[in-house]
Amino acid sequence: MITSAIIPRPLARLPWRLIFLVAAIAGFGLVVLYSAAGGSMQPWAVKQAIIFCAFLTVAVGMSWLKESTIKALTFPVYGLTLLMLIGVEGLGFVSKGAQRWLDLGPIRLQPSEFMKPAIVLTLARFYELVPPGEIRKWRAIWPALLLLGVPAFLILTQPDLGTCIMVVLCGVTVMFLAGLPWWLFAGPAALVAVAAPIGYGMLHGYQRKRIDVFLNPESDPLGAGYHIAQSKIAIGSGGIWGKGFLHGSQSHLDYLPEGHTDFVFATMAEEWGLAGGVLLIFAFAMVIRWGMKVSANAKTRFAQLAAAGLSATIFFYVSINLMMVMGLAPVVGVPLPLVSFGGSAVMTVMLCLGLLMALERHQRTTSTIG
Amino acid sequence: MNGKRITPVHQSLTFSRRMVLLGGAQVLVGSVLIGRMGYLAVAQNQKYQLLSESNRVQLIPVPPRRGWIIDRNGKPIAINRSSFRVDIIPQQLVDKPETIVMALAKLLQLTSDEVDRILTDLKQGRGFQPVQVAENVTYEQYAAVTVRLPDLPGVQATRGFSRYYPDGPAVAHLLGYVGTANAKEYEAEKKNPLLIIPGFKIGKQGLEKTLEPYLRGTPGGQRVEVTARGKLVKELDPKPDRSGNTVQLTIDQGLQQYAARRMGDQSGALVAIDVASGDVLAFVSMPAFDPNSFSEGIGRTEWKMLSDNDHIPLLNKVAQGLYPSGSTIKPAMALAFLKQGIDPKRRVVCNGGYQIGNRYFRCDAVHGAMDMRSAVERSCNTYFWATGLIADAEQTTEMVNYLGYGQHFDLPIPTQRFGTMPSPKWLEKKYHREWQGYDSANTSIGQGYVLINPLQLAVMPARLAAGKLIQPRLLMRAPRKPLPDLDADPAHLAFVRDAMAAVVNEHGTGVGSKLPLDGILMAGKTGTAQVFRLGNRGHEGNWALRDHALFIAFAPADKPRYAMGCIIEHGGFGAAAAAPIVRDSMTYLFDKQKAYAALDPLEKQWGGTLAERNARQLAAFKSASRASA
Repeated sequence: MITSAIIPRPLARLPWRLIFLVAAIAGFGLVVLYSAAGGSMQPWAVKQAIIFCAFLTVAVGMSWLKESTIKALTFPVYGLTLLMLIGVEGLGFVSKGAQRWLDLGPIRLQPSEFMKPAIVLTLARFYELVPPGEIRKWRAIWPALLLLGVPAFLILTQPDLGTCIMVVLCGVTVMFLAGLPWWLFAGPAALVAVAAPIGYGMLHGYQRKRIDVFLNPESDPLGAGYHIAQSKIAIGSGGIWGKGFLHGSQSHLDYLPEGHTDFVFATMAEEWGLAGGVLLIFAFAMVIRWGMKVSANAKTRFAQLAAAGLSATIFFYVSINLMMVMGLAPVVGVPLPLVSFGGSAVMTVMLCLGLLMALERHQRTTSTIG
Repeated sequence: MNGKRITPVHQSLTFSRRMVLLGGAQVLVGSVLIGRMGYLAVAQNQKYQLLSESNRVQLIPVPPRRGWIIDRNGKPIAINRSSFRVDIIPQQLVDKPETIVMALAKLLQLTSDEVDRILTDLKQGRGFQPVQVAENVTYEQYAAVTVRLPDLPGVQATRGFSRYYPDGPAVAHLLGYVGTANAKEYEAEKKNPLLIIPGFKIGKQGLEKTLEPYLRGTPGGQRVEVTARGKLVKELDPKPDRSGNTVQLTIDQGLQQYAARRMGDQSGALVAIDVASGDVLAFVSMPAFDPNSFSEGIGRTEWKMLSDNDHIPLLNKVAQGLYPSGSTIKPAMALAFLKQGIDPKRRVVCNGGYQIGNRYFRCDAVHGAMDMRSAVERSCNTYFWATGLIADAEQTTEMVNYLGYGQHFDLPIPTQRFGTMPSPKWLEKKYHREWQGYDSANTSIGQGYVLINPLQLAVMPARLAAGKLIQPRLLMRAPRKPLPDLDADPAHLAFVRDAMAAVVNEHGTGVGSKLPLDGILMAGKTGTAQVFRLGNRGHEGNWALRDHALFIAFAPADKPRYAMGCIIEHGGFGAAAAAPIVRDSMTYLFDKQKAYAALDPLEKQWGGTLAERNARQLAAFKSASRASA
């Protein structure tokens, strides 16, 4: 926090370190997008800069929201988002083979994006309402499963496996932190571990092949494994210091597919090397750590759970994307927030950060009072 | 905790514990990610860098220019001429291949067969490898394609190089020709990608084939950066190609061409050798194909014309033609007799023939009393029959073989046949019978089993003239081996040389072929080899049954510098058909003007120069085959 006589108090109150950090990540993203376009601001960098600035403004604006306001809006927003998800099923706009967009005249909305922070807030609110003594009861579990399961199912049928996984992971994280019994998490995890090989045996040929390709992309370098194989080549060939700005051949010669969206990290790693990658991962780690600290310092149960859940959302975004790009996870279509081109991920992350800033401001102001 | 009542304090504790757990898990995931990235970027960096480079850079081989072949004076015999060609780069095609190929077919007048071939090649080709549309197109066609290039994306009109032999057929059998590698040659070179570049030719025959490693050079490469879709982004620093080496031959291009032209329409061979070094100055086999047609890909009509010709233009007569030596063997025989101690003054009376056993051998004339010198000079068979019978057959044939007949020479010519110089031992081994008197008789006049090639026909007089064991050589740069003296008495050699000089300059069979030069005498020996049957000198009648005409010579007679051997198939008497050709070719070496003065009226009589007659012949054949088709 900058304390200076010249800067007006409300501005000085903003968490400037976080804003600088986020702006730095986004700025680096613009540099990568500039390179991915072959050394041009068009068509991605300029657009992305505008989107980022717009959502940063929204986030900063949101930081003045009161915790009580957030609480009050949680269930209505959740309900509205759920309605929009159902709307997508009916009136959705088909893009890239999946129905994700709701076309509302001038704006196109992707309701599944709103669901990520919405599910976190909703579950945080729900567990705040559950009395501590009831937390291990069935009553504390089934409504949460329903609140999480219905939107997850709707998103899965769009189909958008990546977002579905993220929504589920965010929700589960909040439930885990809320103190639900261990076996509820350990049980299914063990079940999946046991069932996976059996399920694999029962799969159809082409389904099994998809998994084979994920486990060993080189087995089908021109087909399904192409994305991962080329992405690994881009990252691996970058070395420690990279090939240099604008010198990434994998991205510039189109060998790397989706080099400006989902695989933007590979584009970056090719030109900036391990150094750039580690720097970016640390920057994200700092952002997430900031969010986790907001949660740890929170005074209310809602703030605790919401802040942790929102930080986890950012964490899952980043880690799923990076695992996918580095060949540790199947290609599920999760972009790298703030770096990948496109508004949805920026919007979601900025909503999360806006809410986190609001919660942080709330604890600071209350702490100064009390 | 189970069973206990959970209070907010408990809940807060659980939350803190689980937050630590969550944070730990996040740090773990982050570490795994960094570890994974480090593994990819550091441990496997080399592997991925290689993969990235092989993605980025494609190599388009640039064929090297074939080395020149030059003569002993540096005059080019085989060069590269710029030619125009049209190719298609499949990946740069925008329109359907059929559309483009049809447009090109109209511009270049391609046949439907060629169109089919191009379309097949386009389907099978790899994106950036050009597919040949046409080569050796005219400048007008090249220009017509060039101006339309903007409308023909993917089409490439380029200047290339094609092999050119300025002397055409005159050097055909010496040099051979070049052509596109066939499947077998491609396999033999372990699928060398160079061989399948459109327009790339390799040596197929003659020196072009044997000297291939020197002439080919090393291909360069146009390294290009291409996108994943095969679009060319930029050309990187090219790997320069290295032209093939120039190979210098011992051939005298002027003599080679002159001798080829002097042969006219006759079928024959002529070899000239530098007596001092063994350098082969001329290596002529006529008639011959035009190697330029072969290097451009020969037409079916021309091929048919060549293979139908009874003068066998496709046969390299110098290397593969075998003929009885006829009387050209006599100087060698004389040397063999002398070495065996036979007195050269000993006389044999020629009554026009000789009786051996129950067979009567007929001489060409009634020569009267002959000694060794006059028998060589007048080519009296009776003397050699009679003397052959008193000489030791094994030793005699050994000497003739030693002088070159039937000998193997190490020359860079792909297929050579060396013939036979029969001896009693050879006969025993080959036909399991004893050497008879008539074998000696036949051999001593170069008939019977004697078979020689035209190269040996030149080596023999060269060895006699030099008194050294000359080895013919074709490559100027090949190491020169010291030439040992012949194992013969110099006085005997002088005697034989003198007798050969008498053949041309006194009363001999070759007096019609004196050199038209002051102070330079030629020594020689005529030969007439029966083709059909002994005793029937058919030099009229059916061409294919006529005798072969031969002549060997060296000049100047007193201080020999050049030796020649010449055979004209079915030419009749050696003195009439072969000797004048040798005379004029020999004249060429001393006085070019006089040589051409002799050639010009002959060519007028034949109806134009070699090149003119060839072109006319092809045109006539083409129209004839069109008419019959």
